[in-house]
Amino acid sequence: MSLIGWLQIGFVLIAVLLLVKPLGLYMAKVFSGERTFLSPVFDPVERGFYALAGVRPDKEQSWLGYTMGVLLFSLAGFLSLYAILRLQNVLPLNPQGFPALAPDLAFNTAASFVTNTNWQSYGGETTMSHLSQMLGLTVQNFVSAATGIAVAMALTRAFICSGANELGNFWVDLTRATLYVLLPLAIVVALAFVALGLPQSLDASFAATTLEGVQQTIATGPVASQEAIKQLGTNGGGFFNVNAAHPFENPNAFSNYLNIIAMLSVSASLVYAFGQMVGSRRQGWALLSVTVIMLVVGTGAIYWAETFGNPLLTAVGVDPGLGNMEGKEVRFGPAMSALYSAVTTGLSDGGVNAMHSSLTPLGGLVPMFLIQLGEVLPGGVGSGLYGLLVFAILAVFVAGLMVGRTPELLGKKIEAREMKFAMLAILILPLTILGFTAISAVAEFGTSSILTPGPHGLSEILYAYTSAAGNNGSAFGGLSANTPWYNTTLGIAMLLGRFAYIVPVLAIAGALVTKPRVPASSGTFPTDRPLFVGLLIGIILIMGGLQFFPALALGPIVEHFAMLAGQSF
Amino acid sequence: MSTTKSISMLNPAILVPALRDAFVKLDPRQLIRNPVIFVTEVVAALVTAIFVQDVLGGLGAAFSGQIALWLWFTVLFATFAESVAEGRGKAQAESLKRGKSDLFAKKLLFPEQKDNRACEVISATALKVGDIVLVEVNDLLPGDGEVIEGVASVNESAITGESAPVIREAGGDRSAVTGGTQVISDWLKVRITTKPGETFVDRMIALIEGAKRQKTPNEIALSILLSGLTLVFLIAVVTLYGLALYSGTELSVAVLAALLVTLIPTTIGGLLSAIGIAGMDRLIRFHVIATSGRAVEAAGDVDTLLLDKTGTITFGNRMASEFLPVSGVSEKELAEAVLLASLSDETAEGRSIVALAKADFGLSEPRIVGNGTTSIPFSAQTRISGIDIEGRRIRKGAVDAVLRFVGLDKAQASPEFNKAVDAIARTGGTPLAVAEADRLLGVVHLKDVVKPGIKERFAALRAMGIRTVMVTGDNPVTAAAIASEAGVDDFLAEATPEQKLDFIRREQTGGRLIAMCGDGTNDAPALAQADVGVAMQSGTQAAREAGNMVDLDSSPTKLIEIVEIGKQILMTRGSLTTFSIANDVAKYFAIIPALFLVTYPQLGALNIMGLTSPQSAILSAVIFNALIIVALIPLALRGVKYRPVGAAALLSRNLLVYGLGGLVAPFIGIKLVDMAVTGLGII
Repeated sequence: MSLIGWLQIGFVLIAVLLLVKPLGLYMAKVFSGERTFLSPVFDPVERGFYALAGVRPDKEQSWLGYTMGVLLFSLAGFLSLYAILRLQNVLPLNPQGFPALAPDLAFNTAASFVTNTNWQSYGGETTMSHLSQMLGLTVQNFVSAATGIAVAMALTRAFICSGANELGNFWVDLTRATLYVLLPLAIVVALAFVALGLPQSLDASFAATTLEGVQQTIATGPVASQEAIKQLGTNGGGFFNVNAAHPFENPNAFSNYLNIIAMLSVSASLVYAFGQMVGSRRQGWALLSVTVIMLVVGTGAIYWAETFGNPLLTAVGVDPGLGNMEGKEVRFGPAMSALYSAVTTGLSDGGVNAMHSSLTPLGGLVPMFLIQLGEVLPGGVGSGLYGLLVFAILAVFVAGLMVGRTPELLGKKIEAREMKFAMLAILILPLTILGFTAISAVAEFGTSSILTPGPHGLSEILYAYTSAAGNNGSAFGGLSANTPWYNTTLGIAMLLGRFAYIVPVLAIAGALVTKPRVPASSGTFPTDRPLFVGLLIGIILIMGGLQFFPALALGPIVEHFAMLAGQSF
Repeated sequence: MSTTKSISMLNPAILVPALRDAFVKLDPRQLIRNPVIFVTEVVAALVTAIFVQDVLGGLGAAFSGQIALWLWFTVLFATFAESVAEGRGKAQAESLKRGKSDLFAKKLLFPEQKDNRACEVISATALKVGDIVLVEVNDLLPGDGEVIEGVASVNESAITGESAPVIREAGGDRSAVTGGTQVISDWLKVRITTKPGETFVDRMIALIEGAKRQKTPNEIALSILLSGLTLVFLIAVVTLYGLALYSGTELSVAVLAALLVTLIPTTIGGLLSAIGIAGMDRLIRFHVIATSGRAVEAAGDVDTLLLDKTGTITFGNRMASEFLPVSGVSEKELAEAVLLASLSDETAEGRSIVALAKADFGLSEPRIVGNGTTSIPFSAQTRISGIDIEGRRIRKGAVDAVLRFVGLDKAQASPEFNKAVDAIARTGGTPLAVAEADRLLGVVHLKDVVKPGIKERFAALRAMGIRTVMVTGDNPVTAAAIASEAGVDDFLAEATPEQKLDFIRREQTGGRLIAMCGDGTNDAPALAQADVGVAMQSGTQAAREAGNMVDLDSSPTKLIEIVEIGKQILMTRGSLTTFSIANDVAKYFAIIPALFLVTYPQLGALNIMGLTSPQSAILSAVIFNALIIVALIPLALRGVKYRPVGAAALLSRNLLVYGLGGLVAPFIGIKLVDMAVTGLGII
């Protein structure tokens, strides 16, 4: 580890923290229905949409209405994306003439983009037509992120309102998230990417003559615009197969900084917006501190593991000076690869600039564990915030009792109903991840896709389902996941990880919104102090650790000890 | 209070029946109410079946046998904890039942005839609501009722443990009588108000025995969390079989069962109901009977305490504190006059004037002789009292009444008289004017005296985050003065029962929980509306039915103890849950390396406790997991101590003790058990 490395990490995180307040305040205004400086431009457009769709923006929905909105909209998105992928051979804007996707791959991909996962069982530049990329995938990159924001805002309102029944209007939240937040940011970031050298073109490819005189076809396309929303919406699905390690997606150090900053900006700012909207900025900062502290520790752990390197390679004469450089881009180095890996998994982004499968065992354990913690650091846009709040509910429930009051969060009593749905939400991750992993690990159709036998093979499967259920989208590359079994089950895991989580979350919101907001007193457990930050970190770590420790022990942990003992698999 | 306190939890008289009950409670139909322990029992049965299979198959069964044994112990320790918690209550209920048996009633045959005392003797169980019974000296009251005629002193020690008899009389706030208590002088005619089997004593017995004990809302929520965690670990353990198979290890059911039971929160699962029962029991020892656990839990959450001024914050009576003469009259002169006027005044105010005059001026009590002496008693019409003695006509009383006596208007009175009157009223006191013949002598300052130490109690409550609101019929000025002297946060002056009720409703719509106590019938609506309504045992039947708790000592400040007990129950639950979850970390470090020692000897690096062998590691974790339940029974019964230091300080302390302690303790504990297991050569 080097000082320069840490300075770079510090620089990026400070840049994000500077962005959080203005962006958070702006979003708080947008979702409180106040006017912003963009209203003159977007207000007519917004009203036009409502008129066209027959939505009455002032009519708020109960939790059930809101949930139905989320589910129906996602179902419609899923079906239309599936149709586009299955029909891309007959649809326009297909300059390379790619064939239609197989049913299982189309299912997997549609599930993947509707759930904001962007797991890619395919190589983008060799599978997807421009129409599929732009009208299919990019649309979902926007609206799946906006759906996450909407759900988070519904839960936020449950804390604001006292004795109410309505959580807001899903269609309004969806429209505003897309129009006022994601679209303007995407335009700005895309232009910045173009300035930093990312291509933006409707051509499929161009031909180049190499130094040796060989003709080479180089794939290109609307990369900059794709990259912008990929990061802002914590989607992570790359235009190219190798994602942000590709020189067109991420050509230099500055584009790399911008990638990470864009990735973190919306999610982190939403946490701040939450604090602003519930009337306690300190609460926002407390939740943000949880994520920042854990991200820094996670980054540090990967950075340390990667610079520590692989003694097996050192033994055969590889210079250990740079650490483990397998799967990393020289232009980023261990520090920026570590930060990118931690952020992309702490968030549910899933884009990568280094190959996670090639990280050292412990270096690879960290990203996997960060996803297993529930994608709350600060998680996907919206989904991170509501995931974090579910953990906060759990934390105040266990620890809040220790101050001698029945637990409450921000003045809302946490009772049996909230607990029931919180536990339902919590259960989804271990059930999906461990269940599918265990089946895949013992069945022939599962093990046959493994590239590396032994513990690393188990890590590959475990990582795949972790990534899918956590709606992350990154992968331990060795696993050949484009098989009917993996495409189907990973698709199911993604849908469960998204919607089997959203429904309980909205049910919690529905229960909380009806309760009165109890004023705080000196007997109330304060949730905006360092003590709560520590407690929440503890609960997140213990819950994640207790669920996944046995599985991790048989994967990366045993691999680590084996590596130290000079054994490879 | 001392009579019941002496029964200790660890008394053999409680422990022996508890041990028997622990086995009775193994019935799965009962145990299913507690999901964590139910799962443990199912797993124990499963491992027992495997043990039997191993024995029949002639395989080495020592390991599965011992695991099965300790799993059963885990279940037994949990049921034992519950029986011990119930134990003392049961003993107390037995003695109540003995007192209740063979009650008989003298039912009046002609209740409408006032003087006809003809009655038939029937069994108390045959009484109906509305029957009128006669209770004479040494009779036990056959049921709950209301006195409609007569005055008697009643020994209520069977219920309150208080041996001093209390007066019960028709009408007013002391008309309620309780079945099982004994009349020790005079007689009463009582209208029965409760069906046999539903009387106060019956409810008390049912409550103490825990038969009617239902889970409180927070207990239900906590059970959901614990069941959820159990499911999470079930998933983790079942899938581990598959993951292990991939890694080349086939795990046996016995070790998976051991892993599961050590991970699921058996500690808190086993002690959860004991905590609640012990809390109710603690309340009973404080002589408070709660009609539901829900109310006790709500007590821990109370935000606002509504306290009556009189009798709670101040001594019930106003006392003389100062003599303020008008000019031309010396203080001593005034004191002498008012002393004379108060000699035959037997009210507390009169006595306090006599006491003050004697103390401040060394006056001796003049003897009242001769027939020229007439004492004028106080009456509500004249609002004046006094004495005619040796030709002197001395009067004291309400300011306007005394002014009328001397034939003056307020405006005509001397300015310093008016100033003194106003000054007293401003500080919340009551001015008592004194006159002789047509001459005003001065004013006596009667003061509401705040009970010593009450201010500190309110400060402690404030530290708990509880606001105290004083309720009084006084005018706002008087109320404000007392409020500031007593250190309450707010007051409700000139309060009518309706205003009290409105105040409670208003606070509740703001999300606050309200506790109050009361004794009169007019308190009943407010008692019913409050989240925690404590009725005084000495109060009316209506009040006792409206509240959700009855204080047998009739002490209004007991609300503070009730709140503390409520908080203690919640804290104990939270602390043991935290402890239970934190324990799991060490158990992983004990069991995971043991499971895979053959396939992955590298994982031996995780065996940081240095446990002897895989078998001893697994067995030690299971044994520790069972023993920790027993070790924590005293804590569960006693409760975690509540300190009014504010939530943040309380939390950091408990997190340190039960969170960090829970993380570290099992590492040491499992190691010790492992050493014992190895040393004894059990494995």
